[in-house]
Amino acid sequence: MKNRSLVSITDYSKDEILEILHLATEFEASPNQKILAGKIIATLFFEPSTRTRLSFETAVNRLRGRIIGFSDAMTSSSVKGETLHDTIRMVANYADAIVMRHPLEGSARYASEISPVPIINAGDGANQHPSQTLLDLYSILKTQGTLENLKICLVGDLKYGRTVHSLIMAMSHFNPCFRFIAPDELKMPDEYKLFCKKNKIPFEETTELAGNFDDADILYITRVQKERFLDMLEFERVKNTYTLKNNMLRNSKPNLKILHPLPRVNEIHPDVDNNPKAYYFQQAQNGMYVRQAIVTKVLGIK
Amino acid sequence: MKKLQVAALKEGTVIDHIPPKKLFKVITLLKLQNCDNMITFGTNLESKRMGRKAIIKVSEKFFEDSEINRITLIAPNAKINIIKNFEVVEKRPLKLPDEVKEIVTCPNPACITNHQPVTTHFIVQEERDVVLLKCHYCEKEAKLEEVKIK
Ligand SMILES: [Zn+2]
Repeated sequence: MKNRSLVSITDYSKDEILEILHLATEFEASPNQKILAGKIIATLFFEPSTRTRLSFETAVNRLRGRIIGFSDAMTSSSVKGETLHDTIRMVANYADAIVMRHPLEGSARYASEISPVPIINAGDGANQHPSQTLLDLYSILKTQGTLENLKICLVGDLKYGRTVHSLIMAMSHFNPCFRFIAPDELKMPDEYKLFCKKNKIPFEETTELAGNFDDADILYITRVQKERFLDMLEFERVKNTYTLKNNMLRNSKPNLKILHPLPRVNEIHPDVDNNPKAYYFQQAQNGMYVRQAIVTKVLGIK
Repeated sequence: MKKLQVAALKEGTVIDHIPPKKLFKVITLLKLQNCDNMITFGTNLESKRMGRKAIIKVSEKFFEDSEINRITLIAPNAKINIIKNFEVVEKRPLKLPDEVKEIVTCPNPACITNHQPVTTHFIVQEERDVVLLKCHYCEKEAKLEEVKIK
């Protein structure tokens, strides 16, 4: 698989996902190598995302690749009205691969069709963010020793949260069992429940967090944003009942790990941070190894 | 013998049983405004089956499936007859196309196709009599009734 873009997690088969995770394990064992020496990677951030950009750039730097690009659209030629098409064609003259983040949905798919070099989607609006999904999978694999037959509770904004939607798609290869825990306003859309039914993936739904994850292997928590609520009183209620506190973990399984795509606001109380079941900071760190795997894979080096 | 309401065709394609309100959309979808062949059409003609109907006759033109199947998006019950030497030699069944390019606008305001010069592209799926169009770019699904056809 040479010169292939990564736009959506569904672009990868089960075997390709496992290959990335295997490569990430190798990079975690030796993150500083020279295998990208002589390669130039462009990071085009048409909207700012410092966290994701630094993770990609560190991944490349540790493999001795060079970085070109911009970190927000205000410094780029798109301000002058240049089309995405022209920006991509111009940058492709210089770079061996392009990591891009863009506020418009579908922009990465379009870029992959017109670019002579591979595109890595680092987020296209509310649509896809496959390196986040792959680092979630890596974190699950690393902490559970397997991806197969796990009980995963998804919590918070299941309506708009693209990370949980992509996680369902990616985990569908591994015989999971889901529980969707969300307030009525932010319930899992029918589209994904239908996807589960079609793929014979069992799932349950509930609106209460407390006491509903004692059988879980993974507790995946997402941010509940104020903007999603019309009724501010309802938001205050949800904000308080959807805060994970350390004492709620008393009866959880010993292998349980708590994941969160970060940044968190109120969803996880700081008293959880010292619990060995809290894994969200390591999860973010895993992102770098996974991104090393993705970059080398799209370039056909690994 | 019943008098023909629109002149008979020697060779070509007849598109019959078009709802009158959809006639001009069908013309646009088939790009007939750019077609140099002889074309006759009639609208608000009497029809036993549908009350009023429209019909298009295009002389010496035989459409590709991918062209003609576009009209299932707006006139799924239209009938396609292929005429050779004044006779109907084939009744071509209309099928939902697998993909539609260009003619449909994506209803997602945040989709790249609504902001940059990108040709739209949808994957067409039918589930329990509901036709769904999935945008190849933003990956959002919409029901056929919810999308705007150019
Ligand atoms: Zn779209």
